[in-house]
Amino acid sequence: MKLFRHVLLIIVSAVVLMGCQSSSNENGTVVVYNWGEYIDPEVLTIFEEETGIQVIYEEFETNETMYPKVEAGASLYDVICPSDYMIQKMIDNDLLQALNYDNLPNAKKNIGTQYFEMADQFDPGNKYAIPYCWGTVGILYNKTMVNEPIDSWSSLWDPAYAGNILMQDSVRDAFMVSLKLNGFSMNTTEEAELEAATKSLIDQKELVQAYVVDQVRDKMIGGEAALGVIYSGEAIYTQRENQDLEYVIPKEGTNVWIDGWVIPKNAPNLENAEKFIDFLCRDDIALMNFEYITYSTPNVAAQALIEDEEIKNSTIAFPDLSQYDNLETFSYLGEEAETIYNEYWKEVKSH
Amino acid sequence: MKNKKTLATPYLIWSAAFILIPLCMVFYYGFTDRDGNFTFQNIFAIQNPEHLKALWLSLLLSFISTLFCLLLAYPLAMILASFRVKNNSFIVMIFILPMWMNFLLRTLAWQSLLEKTGVINNLLTFFHLPNLAIINTPYAIILGMVYNFLPFMVLPIYNSLTKIDQNIIHAARDLGANGFRTFQKITLPLSIPGIISGITMVFVPALTTFVISNLLGGSKILLIGNVIEQEFTQTSNWHLGSGLSIVLMIFIIISMVFTAIFDKDGEGTVL
Repeated sequence: MKLFRHVLLIIVSAVVLMGCQSSSNENGTVVVYNWGEYIDPEVLTIFEEETGIQVIYEEFETNETMYPKVEAGASLYDVICPSDYMIQKMIDNDLLQALNYDNLPNAKKNIGTQYFEMADQFDPGNKYAIPYCWGTVGILYNKTMVNEPIDSWSSLWDPAYAGNILMQDSVRDAFMVSLKLNGFSMNTTEEAELEAATKSLIDQKELVQAYVVDQVRDKMIGGEAALGVIYSGEAIYTQRENQDLEYVIPKEGTNVWIDGWVIPKNAPNLENAEKFIDFLCRDDIALMNFEYITYSTPNVAAQALIEDEEIKNSTIAFPDLSQYDNLETFSYLGEEAETIYNEYWKEVKSH
Repeated sequence: MKNKKTLATPYLIWSAAFILIPLCMVFYYGFTDRDGNFTFQNIFAIQNPEHLKALWLSLLLSFISTLFCLLLAYPLAMILASFRVKNNSFIVMIFILPMWMNFLLRTLAWQSLLEKTGVINNLLTFFHLPNLAIINTPYAIILGMVYNFLPFMVLPIYNSLTKIDQNIIHAARDLGANGFRTFQKITLPLSIPGIISGITMVFVPALTTFVISNLLGGSKILLIGNVIEQEFTQTSNWHLGSGLSIVLMIFIIISMVFTAIFDKDGEGTVL
């Protein structure tokens, strides 16, 4: 198996190298692998102008689609932006290299210590990841399409909203909702708890309009559905586009997530990768980025620069997490538990 | 003679790099487990109820779609073939024109057409007609398959129809056969190679599709193509994904054998 991967690697790197020679960038390239719609494109242009480094930018839709590409080494990336549990999995499988903070002065200076503490859960000692965005997962609902204020995951099981519910099409997020509804930990590996959660998801399926990832945003703005499971960062954007939408953190608790920049072991342009990460941590750049993607930034220097008071004090962008006692962050559960989750998810999807 | 052979080298390299090697890798992954040991487990995994259900649903939906394509395409191909104008290729081109646009975009367009607040439903509401609710159901998937694969049925049938010698048809009419009998005894039997080749060209892509079911089925309907796609992209279990692909290949080979028997001269093929 390794042999095949190496052959593949050689072919791909040969192609990449040929590509590099033909382009006319003076300071090399940096290959970025990020979530879809997760950066202000203007930021990339400024970076290219200031440093002379050409950015090769690729996007992924879920952590699970990102991982096999990086693991197989089929494409070489310099910087990647996975979420908490996936960073942990990559650390466990020895795919990442430790960061040198001497080359990341802005990161050291501008990222709030509380966010480094949050990241400490999945990246002990903050050796591998620089927090980029953080937030919660909740329900986005259309006020004109629901009968009562929404404050619970159980609304997603309410037959009154049949065909008007959008669920997340990624295994951990979907199970988080169902596990929390049943009062379990979203990091559980107990068979009985997972079975109960699977049963709930199967019961819910006939009410669900579609399982989607990035499309929740557009569908909710367009009034396609009444309720949707969404990342908090999308909420501000959707509210800007459609005044009827409201975001809520359900009372049963939810997921507090952090996405962070990491450098894989086989990164071909280490120096440029560090420059790229540090550039994103610069206060003015982080602010620009925040205003574009509207995901909460852990960059306290950038937070201080926000001019719009409404956004600065927004409970969606910067919620006071101390008022909830049932929040959790995903942790990596190991290959065996992952297989079990996937089997159950397949059962739900094929029902 | 020797020169002619060297001309084939690019093609040989192409097929080695993009057909032979990937196929070997699929077989390698399909018959090994994560530790690299030989196993049949990935093949027998098709017996797993979720996989069987997905396979059965795929077979059913692609069968229905192929049937619809055939029913729509045959009359259309006859009409096209009956235009005995000099430039009848122009008419065919008009029919192929939509294929110049990316197939993903065309499928996405169907999504916005069929959505609850989509174009069709807005029009229906405007005329106070009941709304259409087929998005995210198997019906939408069948619609997507028929729409996308119809040209693959029309072209081979059209091709075999234009090859029929008009004198045979005239002879049949001279000998007193009516229109229906001529069709039944002459046109239909002579166009069978085209029909068979059209059926394969629609059935095989319909059986393996995962994009159409994802976009128009709202990820709620799992076809065997989706199962395989998820094993590769989500679960990162390439071994199981390859094993299931091998099982799917059996069905594809069956339909190719079927074609080879009926279409010995390759008459119906357009390409």
